[in-house]
Amino acid sequence: MIRLEKRASPSIMLTVATPVLAVVLTMLAGGLMFTLLGKPPFETIKIIFWDPLFHPDFSSYTRPQLLVKAGPLILIAIGLSMGFRAGIWNIGAEGQYIVGAISGAAIGLAFYPLESRLIFPVMIIAGALGGFIWAMIPAILRTRFGTNEILVSLMLVYVAEAMLASVSQGALKNPDGMGFPGSRNLNQYSSSANHEIIANSGMHWGVITAFISVIFAYFLLTRHLWGFHIRLTGEAPRAARFAGINSARIVVLCLGFSGLLAGMAGLFEVTGPAGQITTDFNTGYGFTAIIVAFLGRLNPAGILLAGLLMALTYIGGELAQLMLGLPRASIQLFQGMLLFFLLATDLLTNYRFRIRRLE
Amino acid sequence: MSNLLLRLDGLTKVYPGVVANKDVTFDIGTGEVHALLGENGAGKSTLVKMIYGLVKPDHGHMVMNDMRFAPNEPREARVAGVGMVFQHFSLFDALNVAENIALGIELPPNQRVLADQIIQISKEYGLPLDPSKTVGNLSAGERQRVEIIRCLLQKPKLLIMDEPTSVLTPHEVDGLFQTLRKLKSQGTSILYISHKLDEIRALCDRATILRRGKKIATCVPSEKSTRELAEMMVGTSFEAPKKKKKVFGDVTLEVSNLSLRSENPFGTSLKSVSLAVRSGEILGIGGVAGNGQDELLSALSGEVRVVNSMITLKGQPIGQKPSGFRRAEGFFCAPEERLGHAAAPNMSLIDNVLITGCEKQALAKYGLLDWQRTRRFADQIIADFDVRTDSSTNAARSLSGGNLQKFVIGREVLQKPDVFVVNQPTWGVDAAAAAAIRQSLIDLASAGSAVLIISQDLDELLEISDRFAALNAGALSDFKDTVDLSLDEIGLMMGGAENVEAVL
Repeated sequence: MIRLEKRASPSIMLTVATPVLAVVLTMLAGGLMFTLLGKPPFETIKIIFWDPLFHPDFSSYTRPQLLVKAGPLILIAIGLSMGFRAGIWNIGAEGQYIVGAISGAAIGLAFYPLESRLIFPVMIIAGALGGFIWAMIPAILRTRFGTNEILVSLMLVYVAEAMLASVSQGALKNPDGMGFPGSRNLNQYSSSANHEIIANSGMHWGVITAFISVIFAYFLLTRHLWGFHIRLTGEAPRAARFAGINSARIVVLCLGFSGLLAGMAGLFEVTGPAGQITTDFNTGYGFTAIIVAFLGRLNPAGILLAGLLMALTYIGGELAQLMLGLPRASIQLFQGMLLFFLLATDLLTNYRFRIRRLE
Repeated sequence: MSNLLLRLDGLTKVYPGVVANKDVTFDIGTGEVHALLGENGAGKSTLVKMIYGLVKPDHGHMVMNDMRFAPNEPREARVAGVGMVFQHFSLFDALNVAENIALGIELPPNQRVLADQIIQISKEYGLPLDPSKTVGNLSAGERQRVEIIRCLLQKPKLLIMDEPTSVLTPHEVDGLFQTLRKLKSQGTSILYISHKLDEIRALCDRATILRRGKKIATCVPSEKSTRELAEMMVGTSFEAPKKKKKVFGDVTLEVSNLSLRSENPFGTSLKSVSLAVRSGEILGIGGVAGNGQDELLSALSGEVRVVNSMITLKGQPIGQKPSGFRRAEGFFCAPEERLGHAAAPNMSLIDNVLITGCEKQALAKYGLLDWQRTRRFADQIIADFDVRTDSSTNAARSLSGGNLQKFVIGREVLQKPDVFVVNQPTWGVDAAAAAAIRQSLIDLASAGSAVLIISQDLDELLEISDRFAALNAGALSDFKDTVDLSLDEIGLMMGGAENVEAVL
C-alpha cells in the first residue's frame, strides 16, 4: 500500500526538481498523444522544444520571437505572483493589459505628429496608470464592499474588450486608414516606437522592463518588509492580522502592482510587436501569465524560466502545426498537460510517498 | 467487579518518529468507570481512537464480550456499542440540537420522535436540554450534553469521554458526575480520560496510567494518594513554579468599560469589561472557553480596534492604535491558537520572529529586513527557551505543540514587554513545557512587567496569579486575591452568580 505522508518542512531540493519532472512527464504523455494522432513523437517534441532555437534554417526568425513572447508573459506573471502569494486572485490581467495599451496609445496619438524624446516615457507612465486604475476597481470594491476580486477582475476583461473594439473603430481609429478599424501604427511613429534594442534579438523595452521586474520582485519578497507582509498574508491571514498588517493595504498594493505591470506590458506590445490598437489586439497573454506564475512557483526566478518555457511551447507549437499539420487543439492540450503535471508533482514538495505492507 | 466487557491486548501504534502506543494491555468490566490517566502526548487519544475505529492498531487486538473486536471505522464501533464524546465537539453552530443529533446517528427517526426521545433521555439522566435550541447559542456545558445524549440514544455498552471536564465549571462537573454514576448503575461502562487526579479519585473504579505510550500501571485510584498518581503519570517530580517576593508598581495597563460586539455571529460580545494591571503583578482571568476570551485578546492585541479611551497603556489611550504601535510601546500579546494565529505554520521560525519582533528589535530599517539580526533573535529564543528543533530554518509546523508554544511565548517574553497578555499559555502543552512557560511568566512579572493570563486551567491560575477574576458571558467579575479564594467562590464567579448579586 502506498501512502502519502506530510513532510515536516517543504523539500527545497524537490521545489526545484518538480518543474523539471513535470516537463519530462509532459513530454512522455505528449509523445504518446502525438503517436496516437499518427505523428512521429520524437520529432514533434523536437520541433516544439528544440527547433525554434536551433534549427539551421528558420531559427533566425523564431529565436527573437522567444523574447517577444516571453517579455509580456513574465512582466504580467511577476505582478500576478505578488497577489497570488497573498491570496489575492487577480484573474483580469488581460483587461488591465488592454486598458494599459489603450491609455498609453491614446496619449501617444494625442501628440501625433509631434516628435519628442519625452513622448515614449510619458506613454509608459500612461500605460502603467491605465492598468493600475483598471485593477483599482476590483481592489476598491473588495476593500469597501467585500466583493470577490476574482469575479470583478474577470468581468472587467470583457468590459475592456468592448472598450478596445469601441476605440479601434471610433476614438483612436486612424483618420488616414481608409475606413479600416485600427489606430495609426505606433511603431512607425518614431517618438512612440518601441524598437528592438539589439537587432534580431527580440529584445525591446518591454523585455528589459520584465527583467527589471524580476529583480525588483525578488528583492521585495526576500529583503523588504512589504514582501514579508505579502507572504504572511497568504500563508496565515490570522497571523497577518495579529502582526498588525492592514489587509486592505495589501489588497491595494498587490492588485495595484499587478495592474501596473500588466498595463505596461500592454503599452510595450502596442508600441512594438503589435504596432497598433485593433479589435483583436489582445491574444491572451493576461490569462497565460496566470499559468506562467504558477509554473514558476510564484518565485521571480522561476517565473523568468517559466515565461521562457511557455513562450517556447507557443512558438514550437505553432511550428509543429505548420510543419506537421497538427491540430491547434492538440497543442493546447499539450500546454494543458504541462500545467497539470506541474500541479500534480507539486504535491511531492510537501508530501512524500511511503510504501507499507498491508497487514 | 462484574464480568469483562472489553479487553485490550498488546495494542501498539507507531507514527513516523513517534511510538504513540506500545504494547498496551488492560481490560474494562461491565458497569465499571475506568480512568485513562496520562499527560498530554502520553498516547491516551490514540488508544481510544483505536477503540473507536478511527485508527487501526499496528499490533495487538481487542476482545469485546468474548468476540474479536476490530472496528474499521467509527460506524462499526458504534454498532458494537461504543460511544464517544470528544474533547472538541463536532457540532454545527447554525443547526438546532435535534438536527445536530440526527446528523450523528444511524437511521435517525423523524424530528418530532427524536425530540421526544431527547427530552426523555435528558430527564432520565439529568441532562437538561431543549431540542429546538440553536447550538451556536449554547454554552460549552450544554454542547457537551448534546454530544452525550447523541451517544446515549444508541444505548452504548461503553461510553468513552475524552477530557470531559476541561470545558466545564465546577458546578457543571458535579452534574456530569451524577449522570455518569447513573449510567454506571445501569451497567454502562465508561472509559474516562483525564489528567485531573481529584476527579479520577472521586469517580473512577480503576485507573490505567499511560506514560510515553506505555502502560505504567492499573490501580484503584481511591487507594492511591494524588501525589502517588501524579508521580506515576509524570515519572519524575517537577518543581512547582517558585513565586518570588512581590512588589507591585503603578498601573501599566488599564481597561475601562470595554464593550465590543463579537465579529463571530456565535461569539460572545464583551460587556463593559474593566481591569487594571500593575507592574510586577500577574492577573488571572478564568472562565469556560467561549465567554469572550478571544474577543478580549483581539481588542488588547489591536486586531480589533475599540474606542481609544477604553484601553490605556502607561496613561496613554491606545484603543484605536494599531498592533505595531502597541508593541513598539512594550505591550505584547500571545493568542490561544498557535498555528495560524500566533505563528504561520508553513513559514520558518526566522520568518515567524518577524510577526511580532519587527518593531521592538529593529529588524527592519526603512523597510529593509535585517535577516542576520532576525536569525540571531530566533536562535536566541530557541536557546533561552529550550525549544527542541535542529534549526531556526525549520517550518513552524514541524515543532510539537509544546515546543512551538515555548517559541511563541519566548518571542514575546525576550522582548521584555512592559505588559504581556497571554491566552491559554499551556493549552495542549506537556507538563515539562508548561512548567517552563509558567516559570517564565513568573520571572517576567518579578522583573517588573504587568502580566495578564487568560486561561481555562483553574489550577494554573491559582498557582501563579496574584488576583483572579472570571469571564462569564462577556462580563468580568470583580478581582479577588487568589490567596484567600476557595474553589466554591471560583465556581460562583465562573457561573456569574457574583454579578447577579451586584446587580440586585
